[in-house]
This record gives sequence, C-alpha cells and structure tokens, in this order.
Amino acid sequence: MMAVYIKELLDNFRDRRVIINTLILGPLMGPVIFAVMISFMTRQATERMEAPLELPVVGAEHAPNLISFLERQGVIITEAPDDPEAAVRQEVEEVILRLGPDFAEAWEAGHPAPVELIADLSLRYSGTTIARVRGYLGAWSGQVSQLRLQLRGVHPDLTRPINVQVTDLSTPESRGGMVLAFLPYFILITVFMGSMHMAIDTTAGERERKSLEPLLINPLPRWQIMAGKLGATTSFALMTLALGLVAFVIAMSYLPVEDMDMALNLDLRVAAWAFLLCAPAALMAAALLTILAAFAKSFREAQSYMGLVILVPMIPSFWILIDPTRTVTWMTMVPLLSQNVLILDLVRGEPMNLAWVGLSLATTGLAALVLAAIAGTLYNRPNLIFTSG
Amino acid sequence: MIEANALRKTFNKGKVVAVDEVSFSARDGQITGLLGPNGAGKTTTLRMLYTLLKPDSGGIKVDGIDPTAEPLKIKRALGVVPDSRGLYDRLTARENIRYYGRLHGLDRATIDRRIDEFVRVLDMAEFIDRKTDGFSQGQRVKVAIARALIHDPRTVLLDEPSNGLDVMTTRALREFLRQLKSQGRCVVLSTHIMQEVAALCDRIVIIAHGRVAAEGTADELLARSGEKTLEDAFVKLIGSDEGLLA
Repeated sequence: MMAVYIKELLDNFRDRRVIINTLILGPLMGPVIFAVMISFMTRQATERMEAPLELPVVGAEHAPNLISFLERQGVIITEAPDDPEAAVRQEVEEVILRLGPDFAEAWEAGHPAPVELIADLSLRYSGTTIARVRGYLGAWSGQVSQLRLQLRGVHPDLTRPINVQVTDLSTPESRGGMVLAFLPYFILITVFMGSMHMAIDTTAGERERKSLEPLLINPLPRWQIMAGKLGATTSFALMTLALGLVAFVIAMSYLPVEDMDMALNLDLRVAAWAFLLCAPAALMAAALLTILAAFAKSFREAQSYMGLVILVPMIPSFWILIDPTRTVTWMTMVPLLSQNVLILDLVRGEPMNLAWVGLSLATTGLAALVLAAIAGTLYNRPNLIFTSG
Repeated sequence: MIEANALRKTFNKGKVVAVDEVSFSARDGQITGLLGPNGAGKTTTLRMLYTLLKPDSGGIKVDGIDPTAEPLKIKRALGVVPDSRGLYDRLTARENIRYYGRLHGLDRATIDRRIDEFVRVLDMAEFIDRKTDGFSQGQRVKVAIARALIHDPRTVLLDEPSNGLDVMTTRALREFLRQLKSQGRCVVLSTHIMQEVAALCDRIVIIAHGRVAAEGTADELLARSGEKTLEDAFVKLIGSDEGLLA
C-alpha cells in the first residue's frame, strides 16, 4: 500500500503539467479572482458614492427651488437630451429627472407635484446613482413639508409618531463575513481541483497506458492498491487545500478593507480551522472523483465527467448565497453544506461550536469512508481492468 | 508446474465462448508454448492462469496451489509479462522495476541486487536509469521482463513476448528464456508465430476456437498429423490456415 502511495506521488511530481495546474494555478485561482473582485467592487462603490453627481433635468424651469436645492447639495445640473427615454435605453445617461408643466400647477394647488425619474432599474450599475437622487429628493421633500407644517403652526414631530433607531450589532468581522460569502465555495473547489488530476491519472490514466493489468498481477489485495492511490490523491488534495488557504490569507491582507469599515477575519488561525473542516472533504472528493475516473477508459473521457462533478461543491454554496439562513444543527451534518456554513461562521468571527465541528467532521468523514470503500471494490470488476474485451 | 483442467470462460453472459474445456499441463524445466491464431483464446487462458479472470468452470493448480483459494500466494509464485507492457513513462526503468519489487514486499537490498543481475543478463546498462518515455519495443520488453521476475518466481508466463521485436532482440529474448528453462523454471508463452515454438518450445499446446486442438512435442505433433513440416501440421490440426499470415 505504501509502495503504491509513494510511487503515485513520485510519478505525479515528475509531471510538470500536474504541478503547475494543481499546486500552483489551482490554489492561486481562488484568492486572485477573489482579491481582484473585492478590490474592484469596493473601488467602484466608493467612487460612485463620492464622485460629483451629474443629473440631466428636463423642464428645470418648472421647479427652480428644487433645482437650486440640488445645486446647493453639489449636484451638477445638466441639459437633458432631446429624447430622455432613448438616452437611458442606450445607456448614455443613468438617470434623468423630468419635471412637467403640471409640476408648478400642482405645487401652487398644494397637491403632490409629480417628479419623474427615468432610469432602467435592471441595470445594476445605476443603482447607486438612483439611490443618491432619491435621497436628495426625499431630503428636499422633508424640508418643504416641515416648513409647510410650521407655517400652519403645527409641530413637525406630529407627523413622526415613531422614531426608528437601528442598533447595529454587526462587527467589522461580521461585515467582512458578508464579503467572504464566496470563500467556502472557493475553498471547496480547490479541494476538488486538487484531487482531480491525480484521480484521473491513477485510474483512467493507468488503464490508458495499459499498466493496470500488470499492476494487478502483483500479490496485493486490490483494495490495498486502491487505498494507496486514494491516499496519494487525498494527499495532493490536502496540499492544494493548504496552499490555497495560505494564498487566501496572503491575498486578503492586501485588500483595502479598512476603507470599507470591515475586517476580513482570515488569518492563519482561521485558515487552520478551515483546513481541519475541509480535510475529510478532501478524502471525499478524492474518492468520488476516483470512482468516476475508474469507469473511464481514457484520460479524456474521465476529464469530460469531471467537468460536471466540479459543479457538486457549488450547489450548497450557491444555495447559501441565494437563501442565507442561520446555521442550524442539521446543516452541520450534510457533507459540503456543513463546510460552507461553518466556514462562514468562522469568518464572521463567531465562536466555534465544537459540537458542530465534530458533527461536520464525523458525517463528512463517514461519507468519505463509504465512498472510499466503494472505490476499494472497483478493481474486483474485470470490466474495469482490461482496456479491450 | 501448471495444471489446467477443463477451463471454460464466456463473455457477454455466455454468448461469447472464449475458452472451452482447455486442459494442458506445463512442467518445470520446460518451455511450453500456447500456439494459436489471433483470437483463439490464448490471452484469456493466460489471464485465468494469472488470476485476473475467474474461470466459469474448471480448475487450475500452480505448484499445487489453487488460485481461487489462495490468490495472493499464486501471484507470488508467478512471474507474468502480459500482452500490455504498461510501463510508467515518467519513471526510469530502474524505478519501474523497483516499484514492483516493493509491491512484492522485497527489501531494498534484494531489489537492488536483483536489478543489477537483470542489467547484466538482459544488457540494460545503457537505459536502466532513463525515463521509459521513448523506449523502443525491445527496451520495453526487457524492462517488463525484469519487472515481472524481480521476485524470482518459479513459474513464468509470457503473453506474445516477441511481439514487435526485431530479429536481434528476439534472439536475445529466446536465449534468456532458455536460461530460465535451464534454471529449472516452468516457462509458458503464448504466440501465433510458428518459428517461435519450433525454435524454443519443448511442448506445444495448439489452441483454436477456444479449444485445445492438439498437445505434445513437435515430433509428436508431426507424427499425429502425418505432415512433414510443423506448419503443415499446424494447419491440419486446427483445420484451417487462418492466422498463419499474421
């Protein structure tokens, strides 16, 4: 068994393609995409918040007070294009404010005066701008209504029966956790990527170069041969996982998180916890991919299966992204889902629930062992041994 | 010493009968040749002998060991060079051989000593420490043989050993097989080449359509068929000349 293990490691370390793909590109991919994505997002957000707002206005002459209020707030009022709808549709302008001739009329009569915002709400990039314009309009509306009430001798507080105050208990770490919501996915995908090549090479690859038949003639129970191969694949997955986590820790330390008033709780201690949580998942990934690859006749065939399996760790991650819920006990018993929720708790800086960690390790470990046991029996099937016949 | 008794193997749920009631014996200190056209069932027979396939019925004994009862013990008694050489391209010839030595549970010193022997006997000094990627067929066969015999087995099975070899390498291979024979080993090889059995084998088992068509020494086969050359005897005994041109 050890002989198989050592040989597979030696064999694959000789392959420069494997080393580059699995041990360098694999672990780096997640952190780099992640870092670029986050720094881009934060830069975009701050730029949009702080850049002077240019607002094209149709019919500015109908509401001079509003316009001068906006200008006092630092909004640059510009001439609106002739066809405002077309301009927004063609994405020349993000938001256009339109004031019709009935504005002044309604204003004089004391009715709510119509103000039209022309925008395409499905364009995500215009969201910040729309929110800013709405904010200014709301502020002005509030100011005017207060003045009107005061003129009639009514205390403005009468219109505010309740005063809502939100006490934000979020910590910089937990706000950072929102940003790190993608992290479990990247970590798990690293594990799958790390074991993929090795799983194929030790099974389908062995069949393709016709070395499986001579190998199985050796006086070794077949499950031991498989165990050696699985061990080597798992070791590779763990190596990739460790490198990936370290790369994440390094990449995160370069992000401008202080600007966003949050802290990314991803230091080496957290990485070590994440490693522990994902270690059984590494064996599970190795066993799952090995089982699949063992059925393939060639490297190429195996690779085409792998593309689909890579989607497996995505399912729980995306479920959590779409429907974020509180961690409850049953979640920590579902392999892959448990890693997701527990890593999220971890990066939010919450104290680790050791019972949950135990459950996650136990259930994922159990699933991994079942898969490994199945893999161990595969080479008892003659049709998986011979390349022909 | 191999005794095969009424071996039968079918594929596709019994629709294809690959080997049907094959019985023969191969003695120590002799080279036994399984001769037959392509697709006659030679490889399937050998695969049953080295336990990768389970016979549907019939029995095998190698040095008195029953493979179904003691599969690991029989594997230790056998040295097998299968049809597919299957070397690991990224490992050197020495590492390929050493891997199998380790799988047999041999210690390092024994493995190194045995490899040195093979390097000398099989003339492998030139390429023993090169990666096997790009090896010629002859070099591959030598590595595969050394790998299969690393544990010094008493019984040696070779499936089409001279496939793809040039004349010189074939001669060297035959010389090596005669050495194995003179050491008292039981050597069984399969081939579809007449000259090979004529030049090498003490006993010939002719297999055609999954059955033993004839068995005996070259002289016995000639006498039984009443022909003058082994080739004519072969054609007469299997009842057609298929596979002779291959």
